[in-house]
Amino acid sequence: MMTVVLSVLAVSSIGAGLALLLVISEKTVGNYGECTIDVNGEEEIKVQGGKSLLSVLTDQKLFVPSACGGRGTCGLCKLKVPEGAGHLMPTELPFLEKDEIENDYRLACQVKVRNNLSILVPKELLSVSEFTAKIAEIKDLTHDIKQFRFELVEPDRIDFTPGQYIQLKTPSYKSGIEEVYRAYSISSDPADKNAVETIVRLVPGGICTTWLFEYIGLDDEITMNGPHGEFHLSDTDAPAIFIAGGSGMAPIKCILHHMKNMDIQRPATYFFGANKVKELFLLDEMKQFEQELANFKFVPVVASPEEDEQWDGETGLVTDAVRRNVSNAAECEAYLCGSPGMIDASVKVLGELGMAEDKIFYDKFA
Amino acid sequence: MEELRTALTVGFAAIFTNNILLVYFLGMCPFTSVSREVKTAMGLGFAVIFVMTCTSLLNWVAYHYVLVPLELEFFRFIMFIIVIAAFVQFVEMVIERFSPVLYANLGIFLPLITVNCAILGVSLFMVIRDYSFIVTIAYGFGSGIGWLLAILAMAGIRQRMNTANVPEGLQGPGITLIIAGLMALAFIGFTGVLS
Repeated sequence: MMTVVLSVLAVSSIGAGLALLLVISEKTVGNYGECTIDVNGEEEIKVQGGKSLLSVLTDQKLFVPSACGGRGTCGLCKLKVPEGAGHLMPTELPFLEKDEIENDYRLACQVKVRNNLSILVPKELLSVSEFTAKIAEIKDLTHDIKQFRFELVEPDRIDFTPGQYIQLKTPSYKSGIEEVYRAYSISSDPADKNAVETIVRLVPGGICTTWLFEYIGLDDEITMNGPHGEFHLSDTDAPAIFIAGGSGMAPIKCILHHMKNMDIQRPATYFFGANKVKELFLLDEMKQFEQELANFKFVPVVASPEEDEQWDGETGLVTDAVRRNVSNAAECEAYLCGSPGMIDASVKVLGELGMAEDKIFYDKFA
Repeated sequence: MEELRTALTVGFAAIFTNNILLVYFLGMCPFTSVSREVKTAMGLGFAVIFVMTCTSLLNWVAYHYVLVPLELEFFRFIMFIIVIAAFVQFVEMVIERFSPVLYANLGIFLPLITVNCAILGVSLFMVIRDYSFIVTIAYGFGSGIGWLLAILAMAGIRQRMNTANVPEGLQGPGITLIIAGLMALAFIGFTGVLS
C-alpha cells in the first residue's frame, strides 16, 4: 500500500513540477508582448504575440482562407509579409514557388507573430465577412452525404461568385477538440442572397463533418465566413466539361444555377461519378437543368452497379466516360471538383484527349 | 581513465555496431517519413542528437536520484516519458524565443521527436546496461550520431533514387524499408570491430 501511495506521489509531484516549469516558461519565455501588424500600409492592428499570423488575423475578423484549419497542409493562406515574418520554415517550402519566396510570400498559419510585422492583404479578402446563420434545412442525399441550408442572420445577405466557398467555424463541441475552420463549396443559387447551401460528405473522424452530422440540428446557430476562392466559370464561349463526384457537385451546381440565371448558352456537359447507383443524388435537379439550359447535358457514371440495381447509363470510372464521350477536348474548358486523386486522373485523361493545361480549372478538396 | 575508455567504446559502438536504428530498429517512423531530402534529414538528425543526449542524462539523474532511492524503478517508463515530453516542450520554447534561425531549421522537428521511440529506448537501455553518468552521455550522444548517420545515408540514397526506375508497387515506403534492411545488413558487418 505504501509503495502505491509513494509511487503516485513521486510521479505526480515530478509531473506537477515539470508542468509548473512549462507554465512559467510559457508566461516568461513564450510571452512576446503586444505586437503591431501593419495591414497594407493603411491600418495598424495591435495584437498579443505568440500565436500564428493566421489565428491572430482571424481573431481580428480578417479571414484568410485556410482549408486545413492552419495545419500547413493546404497552402491556401499565402500572404505577402514584407517585414517581420522571420525565417522561412521548412513546412512552407512545398507550397511556395521560387518567385513567391523572392517576393516575401509566406503561409500565414506557419508564421508566428513574435514582433511587429507588415502584411499585404488582397483587397478581396478585406471584403470577406463573418456571418451568423441558422440551419434551415438538412437533406439526406446518400448514406454519407447531406445538403445543409444555412439562412443568414447577421449580416443577412451575401454576394459571391459561383464556384467560391465558405469556411464553417466548428466550435469545441467535445473535450479534446479545438475550435477549427473548415472550407465547403457553396452549392446554392447565387441569386438567393439570404442563404447558403453546401453539400457535405461525412469524413470518418472528421472534426467539422462529425459536428455537422451528429451534433447540430435544425434552427441551431452557426458561424461562418466568406466568400473565398478563385474557382469560377470563365467568361468565354468554349464548351464546358464539368467533372465531379460526391460532394464535389457543390460548386458545379452553383455554376449551373448561375448559367441559368444569366442565360449562358455555351454547351456544357457534366460527368458525375459514383461507385453505386444509390450514391447518385440530386438527379431531378440535374434533369431540370437539362430542360432549362439549352445546351446542357448531365452524364451520371456508375463505377460498378450491383446486380439488383437497374442501371442503363454510363458505367466505369468517370474518366472512362469522359474518354468515350468527349471528341472535341481541344476546344473545350474543363472544371473539376473533388478529391486530389480524381482530379489528377481527370487532368491526365483530358491532356491525353488534347486539352491544353491552361484550359483546365479545378478545386481540389485537400 | 578506465571510465573514459568505456565511454568512448560505448559511444563508438552506439554509432556503428549497436546503431539504435539499424540494429534495434527504433525510431523508424521519422526515419521513413523524413528521409526524402538530405537537408531535412540533417535537421531532424541534429535535433535527435541534441534531445537524445540531454534526455538520457536527465533521465539518468531522475532514475538514480529519485526512483532508485524511493525503490520505484518500475516507474521508469512513465517517468522517462514525462521528462522527455517536458524537456522537448521547454527546449522548443527556448529555441523559438532566442534563436529563430535554429528554430526554423530544427524547431519544427522537436515535437516529432517527443514521440520517437529511439529517445525512450536510449534511456531504457542505459538503465538495463547499468551505465554510469559519463558513459550515459557518451551513449546518448553516440546513439544520436548513429541515428543521424543512418537517416543521412537513407536520404542520400533516396535522392539518388529519384532518377531510378523503381517498380510502381515498391515506390515510397516499400523501397525505403527494403533499403533500410540492406543498410542494416551492411551495419551488421561492423559486428566484432569492438569487443
